Amino acid sequence: MGFVLNIIVSGLISGSVYALLAIGFSLIFGVARIVNIAHTAFYMVAAYCIYFVTHKMGFHPMWGMVAAIVMVTLLGIICYNIFINPIREHEGAVLIATIALAMALQEIMVLKFTGTYLSVPSLVKGYLLILGVKVFYQQLLTFCLALLVMAVLWVLLMRTKLGLAIRSTAQDKEVANLMGINEARVAMITMGISVGLAAFTGAVVVPLTILQPHMWMHPLIMIMAVVVLGGLGSLKGSFLGAYILGFAEALVVFLAPMGAFLKGSVALSIMILVLLIRPEGLFGVSFEEER
Amino acid sequence: MDLILFYLRKLFTILKNEVLVLPSRVVAVLFFLILLLLPVFTKDAYLLRIFTLTSIFAILAASWDLLSGFTGQMNFGHALFFGVGAYGAALLNKYAGIPPWGTIPLGALGAVVAGLIIGIPCLRLRGTYLALTTLAFPIILMGIVFALPDLTGGELGISGIARLAGSRVASYYIAVVTMLGLCSIMWKITDSNTGIIFHAIREDELAVRSAGINTTRYKLLAFCLSGFFAGVSGGLYAHFMRIAGPSTLEVSMSFQVVIWAVFGGIVTIYGPVGAVFILYPLLELLRFWQEYRTLMFAGVVLLILLYMPDGLFPWLRDKIEKECPRCKIRNVAMRHTCRVCTAPLD
Repeated sequence: MGFVLNIIVSGLISGSVYALLAIGFSLIFGVARIVNIAHTAFYMVAAYCIYFVTHKMGFHPMWGMVAAIVMVTLLGIICYNIFINPIREHEGAVLIATIALAMALQEIMVLKFTGTYLSVPSLVKGYLLILGVKVFYQQLLTFCLALLVMAVLWVLLMRTKLGLAIRSTAQDKEVANLMGINEARVAMITMGISVGLAAFTGAVVVPLTILQPHMWMHPLIMIMAVVVLGGLGSLKGSFLGAYILGFAEALVVFLAPMGAFLKGSVALSIMILVLLIRPEGLFGVSFEEER
Repeated sequence: MDLILFYLRKLFTILKNEVLVLPSRVVAVLFFLILLLLPVFTKDAYLLRIFTLTSIFAILAASWDLLSGFTGQMNFGHALFFGVGAYGAALLNKYAGIPPWGTIPLGALGAVVAGLIIGIPCLRLRGTYLALTTLAFPIILMGIVFALPDLTGGELGISGIARLAGSRVASYYIAVVTMLGLCSIMWKITDSNTGIIFHAIREDELAVRSAGINTTRYKLLAFCLSGFFAGVSGGLYAHFMRIAGPSTLEVSMSFQVVIWAVFGGIVTIYGPVGAVFILYPLLELLRFWQEYRTLMFAGVVLLILLYMPDGLFPWLRDKIEKECPRCKIRNVAMRHTCRVCTAPLD
């Protein structure tokens, strides 16, 4: 019984993390058609930002979280305006620019904090014993905050004027432009929201993981799988896909021998199997072929 | 004797009328000559090593361009072919004792099979879906490599395989001649009928299909060809470094290939090759600032992309040459009339 609960807890946590990251990734792809490889690099920067504020400056982790989210969102918008916006018509160039940006962020973190493993104290201490399994309050907090932020995002997208603008730009850029929506500004705001989500994820998950400059690689691969599995640009798909892959990972880690090595492979194999049956992902709309 | 003189004269005419009139062709000829004559002037082991590795990676970058540039099948998992080639060659050498001239082509055939295996599910996808799905394959293989440490050596890789050749100069020549040969073949392929169909698939797949061409078969062919060339480069790498490790399958390896190709300019073949010959030695040159190396590399790539989003070499070529508006033949930018049809150039 114990390990079933373990699987559920770990699946829910990694599922929520992937969901938050994948929704941000999906959002900016839907609105601006940018495949942002640097998305999880921002998540890493946010995590380091908390480390800096709590360990080097000695503030409470709460302030670290706030500072991380604000600073990284600003950083994301600045990077977008300098490096990505001028070359947006060239799809390949944007791709390379984001890869190079991710590499640059990683190297800056290596220079600043060295490549050693670091950790950050959790926001709330203590744990709950359920059926003999330790469930840390931090885990519960991460899960609840993730759900809360996703709910806020849903309200923002579905109930506000900005959300309407974002959704219509995602559906058809030209028509949205004709209807008087400033497409470039919507893209910039979406980039801000997307990076903000990544920063928030980094902020809530950092006490549960180990900090190192390469920590962006694994989540990046996973959210790409999630996004393809759920259907590009579909937020509902990203949400469900994230939990499917999160649980798949948890199951493999706890049940299979050599599970830690195989967790990525199994999750990605699931993605490929789904794609064989439904090439446009679970909830994807097959895009009209652009000519 | 007359025959030899005739051919010499013909060679001279071609050189005068076709090569020396265009700076890009002069540069290409010089590039061939310098690479082939380099060991005559210097025997510096370090320099030869860098250029051997550069040549190996040039094959890899050009093979990515053949698949993703020409056919438009964005492949983010090109490290798969490289890794399969490297591991295939290493396993065959270590367990079957086959020498390098046998293992490298066999490893490349393994990469062709890998191309078929990933090509078949991926043919139904296009664009970003394809890019993100192909990213998964090397990672899946890497999981398998880690899960079978007895066969593949796990994290340490397979070490102690045979040398590419007895001496540094010999390895250098093997790598450089293979690179020049394979890249010329790739360039020829893209110039042939097949290459034109590849290009057409990239521009408008629907139109190609409606012209009665089986695009599926051609896309699969592109996957296999690209896999073969990348596999050769993987095999050369394994035998030159004498180790085939999981680093050949890493995500950063796949990204590196894409960076080289886009930096040099896709849909050209010569672009990625030139980009590797600039970026790889540059990375070595920057080793004096070990900590800042990757950061500066990323910075250079970002800056170049801001000013020439189509890649470095097409940009340079447009600066020194222009196309005749009437007969579409390229001319030096200094000329005022076309060298063939004498139409005024604007």
